[in-house]
Amino acid sequence: MIHSNRTRVRKRQRAEQRFRAYGVLSLLAAGSVLVFLMYTIVASGYSAFYRATVLLDVQLDAGHIDVNPPFTREALLQGRYSSLVKSALYAQFPGVTDRRERRDLARLLSPGAELVVRDYLIAHPDGIGDKVTLEVPMSSDFDQLYKQHLPRSGEHIRFTAEQLQWYDRLLEEGRIHYRFNPQFLFGGDSRYPELAGIGGAIAGSFYALLVCFLLAFPLGIAAATYLEEFAGDTRLTRIIEANINNLAAVPSVIFGLLGLAIFLNVFGLPRSTPLVGGMVLSLMTLPTIIIATRASIRSVSPGVRMAALGMGASRMQVVLHHVLPIAMPGTLTGTIIGLAQALGETAPLLMIGMVAFIANTPATPLDASAALPVQIFLWAESAERGFVEKTAAAIMVIMAFLIVMNLLAVIIRSRTQTKVE
Amino acid sequence: MRNFMENLITADDFAADSEFPDYAHEELEPAPSPAAADVKMAAQGVNVYYGEKQALDAISIDIHSRQITALIGPSGCGKTTFLRCLNRMNDLVESCRITGTITLDSEDIYSPDVDVVSLRAQVGMVFQKPNPFPKSVFENVAYGPRIHGFARHQDELEEIVVRSLNKAGLFDEVKDRLHDTATGLSGGQQQRLCIARAIAINPDVLLMDEPCSALDPIATARIEDLMWELKENFTIIIVTHSMQQASRVSQRTGFFHMGVLAEVGTTEQIFQNPTDPRTRDYITGRFG
Amino acid sequence: MTSLQLLFVFLLLTISAAFLGWRRASVPVMQGKRPRSRAVYHGSYTALWCAMPMIAVALAWLLVEPCIIRPAVLHTLGAAAGQQAGGNAFQYMEIRNIAAGVLSGVNASEATRFAVEYYKSLADSASMIFSALFLVAGGLGFYRGYNRIATDFPAREQVEKFVHLFLLASSTLAILVTLSIVLTLLLETLQFFRHVPMLDFLFGLKWSPQIAIRADQVGSSGAFGAIPLFTGTLLIALVAMLVAVPVGLFSAIYLAEYAHPSVRSIAKPMLEILAGIPTVVYGFFAAITVAPLIVDASAAIGLSASSESALAAGLVMGVMIIPFISSLSDDVINAVPTSLRFGSLAMGATRSETIRKVLLPAALPGIMGAVLLAVSRAIGETMIVVMAAGLAANLTANPLESVTTVTAQIVTILVGDQEFDSPKTLAAFALGLTLFCVTLTLNFIALKIVRHYEERYD
Repeated sequence: MIHSNRTRVRKRQRAEQRFRAYGVLSLLAAGSVLVFLMYTIVASGYSAFYRATVLLDVQLDAGHIDVNPPFTREALLQGRYSSLVKSALYAQFPGVTDRRERRDLARLLSPGAELVVRDYLIAHPDGIGDKVTLEVPMSSDFDQLYKQHLPRSGEHIRFTAEQLQWYDRLLEEGRIHYRFNPQFLFGGDSRYPELAGIGGAIAGSFYALLVCFLLAFPLGIAAATYLEEFAGDTRLTRIIEANINNLAAVPSVIFGLLGLAIFLNVFGLPRSTPLVGGMVLSLMTLPTIIIATRASIRSVSPGVRMAALGMGASRMQVVLHHVLPIAMPGTLTGTIIGLAQALGETAPLLMIGMVAFIANTPATPLDASAALPVQIFLWAESAERGFVEKTAAAIMVIMAFLIVMNLLAVIIRSRTQTKVE
Repeated sequence: MRNFMENLITADDFAADSEFPDYAHEELEPAPSPAAADVKMAAQGVNVYYGEKQALDAISIDIHSRQITALIGPSGCGKTTFLRCLNRMNDLVESCRITGTITLDSEDIYSPDVDVVSLRAQVGMVFQKPNPFPKSVFENVAYGPRIHGFARHQDELEEIVVRSLNKAGLFDEVKDRLHDTATGLSGGQQQRLCIARAIAINPDVLLMDEPCSALDPIATARIEDLMWELKENFTIIIVTHSMQQASRVSQRTGFFHMGVLAEVGTTEQIFQNPTDPRTRDYITGRFG
Repeated sequence: MTSLQLLFVFLLLTISAAFLGWRRASVPVMQGKRPRSRAVYHGSYTALWCAMPMIAVALAWLLVEPCIIRPAVLHTLGAAAGQQAGGNAFQYMEIRNIAAGVLSGVNASEATRFAVEYYKSLADSASMIFSALFLVAGGLGFYRGYNRIATDFPAREQVEKFVHLFLLASSTLAILVTLSIVLTLLLETLQFFRHVPMLDFLFGLKWSPQIAIRADQVGSSGAFGAIPLFTGTLLIALVAMLVAVPVGLFSAIYLAEYAHPSVRSIAKPMLEILAGIPTVVYGFFAAITVAPLIVDASAAIGLSASSESALAAGLVMGVMIIPFISSLSDDVINAVPTSLRFGSLAMGATRSETIRKVLLPAALPGIMGAVLLAVSRAIGETMIVVMAAGLAANLTANPLESVTTVTAQIVTILVGDQEFDSPKTLAAFALGLTLFCVTLTLNFIALKIVRHYEERYD
């Protein structure tokens, strides 16, 4: 009897297989999108950590830099070095005399080339008058050409035929190098893609997260402690809990609106600063920390509480001496996860103005600055081809931070669990 | 309340040359003979309600100083509830209501000006399941003296800890791992640690709620020996569901039955000559 | 004094107060008496009495600027320029920036420069007064706290009462934040409705806030009609749900019912990574990779897709929401009692039949709640839309076209310099209020459904 109705059973088994397959397919689909996304980012971005440079023989002629002796650092900072760079470049191509052609030639180099000469002179002030070989960055278009991101031929090429010839000649002469680009990680933003860096944005994000942590961590723990240890089941308590759960689900733009209206307009705090950014982020991180801390406090065994109370510890002492220390790993885990989410928040920071185009990194949380996700957004919106790799590379950096933070949270969580066992 | 405070900081507490109350070197008075027993704690007409349900009915009992009083009876009859009234741990249960009087040294412990925290420093408790703090052995015992300010500096604290561990018969076993975490000890050692912790603040009364029920027979025996020694200096009230244990260790016994104190008297009398039929039935094993 | 100096003084005074209080309370201990509270509590008590007055003064100082200086300066500006009314917010910002040296006052009018001097003098005297008050408050507080130290003084109780109050205040912060959000949005929206009637906003079909509204022009139903934004939001959310719900649900079912533990140990982290990717990264991915793919793919089948399509944004948003639905559904499915499962299997049903006919119907309310929460999340999402779907309000149901959403508009309106009180800026707040109400309602309904469902199995 258990073998009767074979066809029907087989149909049902097939339906079973299909159902299973849908499940596998869904997971595979999600997984492959993830892999595809990672691949796209890394493939687009890794080249931003390098840049193409040109070796130039620069004659450090004092007359051309508009600086009088003594050659102090301050004086040198005021000098003009573009003519030195241009002379060196023209010297490579003596055949180029036409003004228009010379302009095209100059376009091979980045405007940042002058700064290399300047920095060299500041480091070696007695080098005035010498001829030195310096490595200067190429302009973004040619940097992208070297990395094969821009086409040499076709409809919309950005190069004239002569430029390509000069470029090839420099290549043959071995004057073009491919170097690691530390300016990307440590330098500030710039109008020119080849000179742009995320150092300022990283500092801005760091300060904003610091302010966020300093505000949300103590307040979050305090609120969670009150709700778990001291609050009765009153109407006020229920309202507070409902509010916390609600705030956890409010869209981030609303917090941006709040920050704009109150922190900037009513309190008159300075715009674009990590201080205000951190304050807005702390409002968003608060519910996460509160919920994680409450769960952690709840998991503390009642036996410990009883023992402490039995010894004549006051309720506050029980909480401060015993409950909170035991609950701390869970709290930290939740905090780190909350901070990781805050790191990736863009919209509210955009709205309180952390879009500052500042070439220098901020020194304090009160200096105007950008934040890392905002920087990514701004570069993504930019029209220049050179910014695509920068954006992708900046994404790689932010993902690296997020991975580290999440790993830290996982480690803390697993360590406490093994301790319990 | 005044009484408790005065106990803490009156001249009785220190030596004549103005030294700090030398808990480290305090000499304890020898135990008085049982015949000269005075009443340390007394309950008069105590009723306990959890919401509408009455858990204890008109309990009146005297606890004699420096003796072990055992509270026995079938499970669920209110022994632990009564015990928890003695150090006001029932305050933590919201629906719990208590009427009647309970006194410590003739002072009503439920009087509004009583500081619960100081009360619990006078009346210590050891629980059924050992519950050491997840700290080191040393820190566990040092906690009480610390929060009640018993030691002026670290050396005195160490002396107190060592003394308590010795009194609890645990020192030799843990002297090499004072700073290891307490949760690494065996069950019996943990319970003795809890006892050491409780006596470190020198309470007058020690409440023990089925302290051996989670332990094996060997550990149980050790703790019973410990109790015998401790009664020289402390008044002990123990709740136990083991009649044999009660008859072994206690001098006085109270039998609880369904929320009522059916009979109370010396242990000998209760076990050899019970007057109440309920007591007789319980002792002879008619019900458990 | 600058803020940094203030902070330094504050810390210095508070720490000294703590130390001195502690030391004083340690004296009786040395003499053999044991005070009622430990010395550390006396020290904390003194420090608190020193710190709180200083904090109160600082907070009052914060309020001086907007409440006293600002109106006075603006009034002066108005008087100096010979106007009837005082100056406005924009001019005030200018005055502050010139005074701070951020803007150069070279091109400012004489009235402005006069106002700047006035502002500076006011600010300086305020600074002097408050610095003095600050120090006096700290000193008095310390004195009071220090004098209270005595053997029988219940310092521990006092300090604990204070800590208790602090804990309570921290909890009510959540209410304060919600209230601030509601009030701010409401007030600005009401002001907005004075320029543009509410019905025009809610039911108008044309959205182009670039058009400045003249003072005498009644807000025509053209410029601030939000319907295209609502449809755009819903269109993208719909596409996202069409992706996320099947994939998320089937993933959850497979992981809960079929998957080998080793598969689970890879799949769960994978989903968590998807959940942790910042939305700006998704936006970039959508703009750089997905949108061109869609353009090419639709060209291949003869359709024309905009380079910023709702489809691109919706697909990527769907991927972002997959882990959300998957983890919520996972909880819900696991909450169904095993007895139901075993009952069905024991009758000879296949696993898929058990899932389809027994588990899913039982878990349905929970899953619906999860879907509602996901929709709420999709509606509130900003960056993906801003970067991939465009900013042109377009009333259409065609996912290949470019649309914009409520959130994208809020961001676009407010990024960059703007006059705070213009109808354009206020429109952003009106949109914010709408968004807040909708998400609040969705969350509320979702919670109700889930709670009702939980009760069935308790």
